[in-house]
Parts: sequence; C-alpha cells; structure tokens
Amino acid sequence: MARSVTTQRKTINTVLAWAVGLLIFFPILWTILTSFKTEAQAINDPPIWFFFDWTLENYSVVQERSNYMKFLWNSVIIAGGSTVLGVIIAIPAAWSMAFVPSKRTKDILLWMLSTKMLPAVGVLYPIYLLFIKLGLLDSRFGLVIVLMLINLPIIVWMLYTYFREIPGEILEAARMDGATLKEEIIYVLTPMAIPGIASTLLLNVILAWNEAFWTLNLTAANAAPLTAFIASYSSPEGLFYAKLSAASVMAIAPILIMGWFSQKQLVRGLTFGAVK
Amino acid sequence: MGRITLDQVTKSFGEVNVIPPLDLTIEDGEFVVFVGPSGCGKSTLLRLIAGLEDVSSGQIRIDGNDATALPPAKRSLAMVFQSYALYPHMTVRKNIAFPMKMAGVPEDEQKRRIESAAKALNLADYLDRRPGQLSGGQRQRVAIGRAIVREPAAFLFDEPLSNLDAALRVGMRMEISELHKKLDTTMIYVTHDQVEAMTMADKIVVLQAGIIEQVGSPLDLYRAPRNRFVAGFIGSPKMNIFEGEEAKKHNAHAIGIRPEHLTASKEGGTWKGTVGVSEHLGSDTFLHVHDTGLDETITVRVGGEFDAHHGDTVFLTPEQDKIHRFGADGLRID
Repeated sequence: MARSVTTQRKTINTVLAWAVGLLIFFPILWTILTSFKTEAQAINDPPIWFFFDWTLENYSVVQERSNYMKFLWNSVIIAGGSTVLGVIIAIPAAWSMAFVPSKRTKDILLWMLSTKMLPAVGVLYPIYLLFIKLGLLDSRFGLVIVLMLINLPIIVWMLYTYFREIPGEILEAARMDGATLKEEIIYVLTPMAIPGIASTLLLNVILAWNEAFWTLNLTAANAAPLTAFIASYSSPEGLFYAKLSAASVMAIAPILIMGWFSQKQLVRGLTFGAVK
Repeated sequence: MGRITLDQVTKSFGEVNVIPPLDLTIEDGEFVVFVGPSGCGKSTLLRLIAGLEDVSSGQIRIDGNDATALPPAKRSLAMVFQSYALYPHMTVRKNIAFPMKMAGVPEDEQKRRIESAAKALNLADYLDRRPGQLSGGQRQRVAIGRAIVREPAAFLFDEPLSNLDAALRVGMRMEISELHKKLDTTMIYVTHDQVEAMTMADKIVVLQAGIIEQVGSPLDLYRAPRNRFVAGFIGSPKMNIFEGEEAKKHNAHAIGIRPEHLTASKEGGTWKGTVGVSEHLGSDTFLHVHDTGLDETITVRVGGEFDAHHGDTVFLTPEQDKIHRFGADGLRID
C-alpha cells in the first residue's frame, strides 16, 4: 500500500530539505561572498553579510600574483588523465568479475576496497621515496599514476555494479547471433553500459580534482594543480582571507559548474543498484 | 539441414553431475520438445547444444560435423530466450538486422529479409520502435524475427512463452507451430509445461535429473508411458497411480488410470468413495474422490452436467483396457 503524504507533511519535508541543503552549501556560499570583500571587511567582527563594497580586486590580485591557467591546466590533466586511465584499466577487471565470476571474486572486490581504508599518510613515505628514485616528483605523469591507483578501487566497484545490472542473456543472445567477443563488447555491452561509464567518469574526475593530500605532497611548482594554488594563499599569518577565498572560488568553479550540469548522471551513478 | 546428434554427452558443474552420459538424435525438420520438472537439466541440455555451455565430455554433431568445440556463433543455430534478450538500445529493425550484420549479409538482402519477417510476424508497424515500447507478445515476436532472418539450421527455444499471460501463450503456441510448418526447420523447444509439449511436439523428450526417461510422439507417451514418472508427468490432470491390493489383482506392483478413463456414477461401480473438492471448468468437472479404500485420492473427469457436491457418495469404474501396470522397479509391464 502506498503511503499517503499530506500537503502539510510535504511542506515540512521541503523546508527541511532546503535547510539541510543550505547548511551544507553555506561554507561555499560564505567563501564566494568573502571573495568579493576587502581584506578588512573579510575579518570584520561581527561578520558582514551582504552589505559591503563589492569588489573584484581580490581576483585581479590573485590573477597577477600567480598563473591561474597553469594550475588549471595541471588539474585538468591530472584529474582527466587519472580518470581515463583508471577506467581503461577497470573496464576489463569489472567485466570479468561481473560476467565470469570465480570463487574469489567477492574477496578480491573487498580486498580492493580495503586499500581505501588505509590512511593515505601511511604510505606517503614509501611513495615519496619511490618518486624520488623514479624522478617522478613534481611531474604530472607521476600524479596521474598515483591518483589513478588511489581511485581505481572505486572505479572498479562502480563499473562492476553497473555491469552486474546487464542481463547475461542479452550477451548470450549476441553470441548466438554470431558476434565475436569484440563485437559483443562494441555493439552490445558498451552502449548498454554508457550511462554507468559516464557517471563513473564524472565522479572520479571530481574525486581527483579535489584530491589534496597527494597533490600537495608530491608537487612543487611544475605539476601543482588548483589544490596547491589554494594552499599557496593560506599563509601562516592568515591575514588574506579575501584573497584565499577568491583563489578557492577560482579553483572550485570549474568542477562546481561541471557538477551542476551533470547532477542527474551523478545522482543516478551514486544511487545505482540501491533502488530497483 | 538440421540433424543434431548427441553422443555420450555429459555435463558437470564442479562436483555436481547435471547430465550423466546421454545419447539423443534429433532429425532434420523435427519439432522436439524437452520437458521435465524444474532442475531436470532440460535448459542445460539446450545450452550445451547452443554452445553457451561447454560439454564435460562426449560429442555434439550438427549435420554430421563435430560441433563440440565450436563457439555458439559458428553452429548456425538461432535461439529465443525466456526473457526475449532483445538489445534495448536498438530499434526493432536493428535488433532483427543484428545477426545479419554480424554475418555480413548485404544491405539490400538484409532489408528484404527484415521486411518478410516483419510481415510474417505482424511487426511491420513497430520496426522503428525500441523493445521498451513493445508489449510482451510483441517482444517475443521480435526475438523470433531475429532468429528467423539468420536462416539457421535449427531453432532453439528456451521456455519462450513462460513470461506471457495465459491467453497470449495459447496464441503464440499456435504461431510457433505454424512457423515450424512453414519453415520446415528443426526446432528444439524447452518447457516445463506438458500442455505445450503435447500440443506442439513431433517428438517429446521427457527428462528427469539429466536422464532421458522416454522419447516418443505425444500420443505414444500418453498411451504407453515407459515408467511411472512419465505416466505421472504427461497428461493433465495427473494419472492416478496406486499400489496395494488393487494393484495385486492386476499382477502389478502399481497400477495407473487416467482421470478421463474413469466413469463416475451415483448408482454403482467398482470403487465407492466420497467427493472432496470438485473443480468445475464448465465443459468438464474434475472430482477428487476420497475414502475409496485405495491409498490415494482419486481424480476423475466427468461431464460438466454431472452434479456432485462435497460429501456426496460416488462410484467409480475404470475402463479395464486403459489400466497401466507398473513393476516394483517403476517400469511399465505390457
């Protein structure tokens, strides 16, 4: 039996949802507001909400002081590269686990996920040493590899759950219809899995874009992405809130805009398999 | 051509032996139905023939050529699945064209075959729709269309009607039978529904636990079941089978009599009993009769006019020449 929802209840739910949403969004909103204030207004006590002298000065200062485009480009390469490489490696893995499972498939999946439970700092030292040895320190290539490895378990898991939803009989039908393994993958499986592959790509671009621990520790000047760009404004003196905010807004804007336009895909990707 | 021979074929999944050594020959152009209860290995057997599962040992020959190690695509068989297994991202036209595209059939020939299949299966108006926009019966027709255009040596059907409602099932049953008459191609059809088996088959293969219990025409199986399992499985409602005194009178361990070979009367007869449940179908009525002195409830078919209610006393008389006799080993005694 369907539960009947009264108008009153609907209103309460809507208000509650908006309240929670606003609470979560508040830090970002505050950062955006602060980025348009002067440094003095930014640290004013009590805080000033909307009635301040809106200025773009912080943005021009940030722009002058550092090469935003270079950081942005590094972020694009690192987030995009690690995601694409990860998906290319994960597709065959997820494929075989979803369609030709063995006795150990579940264990392997859990083992892969368990690597995400390890605190990243635990392996910082060995990876740092390896990077020095291999000459990968402060290189985009090195970061692409590390971020790919960090996110690979999630990519495999997501693709695995997507592939699991594809009925095996359809692939068998393709085999009966004369398709080779390659044709089966190109004409039948991939088109059916495209929504899943797309959400996986999206989510992992976001994860890699926002990844700060490894990007801060393994880069200096050449390969530094936008996370390092933000960090460079948090000086120990801490007197440049407005500029820090402007830098933050510039760093998160691309991913925020991308997330906004792809929210349907993202929600579907994150809740996939949960509801049938 | 589509003559399929199974020679000492076995299949095991790990430790479990699903098909013990099995021999079977399916003649070209035959409509063969594999029937049996769930888990009897009928679908596995079909998948072995299709090549979707590998045999553990033995040989499968199609038209005399060893096909045991061939991939499904190379066996020139077409299969219709229980879930239809249409490609959801393709239109009906593209679904039907897919096997021809894989086989490299020229475009104009593809077009010709799609049109003739669409006409035969009443799909002409739906060619540009996607499977999601079709009803169950239409989807099943598309699946059949996709199988036809390949012009295969044999068609394999895996419980194709079990997802359809009862009325549609009867219609599709006849359509598939018609199709067989028209194409004159070997068809292997798997079902657990003995009515489908009886009405469609040239030859029925009754399976239980991977073992072939009997092979024969529907009426052979109905008239002379080889053992108690086949006797109980073929025919609806089930044959009444009982052991004891009454069987001994016929020099048998057990005897069987079908509900339609018993007559019921209110006045007198061989066995006296009390009516339990009576199922009125309109044309016929099935009475379940208790307390006859036999160790089982007896089911009897009477005419729709026969007036009997719960608790009434009835007398049952079997037609003597329709009594089946079985030995202690379960096999038929002639």
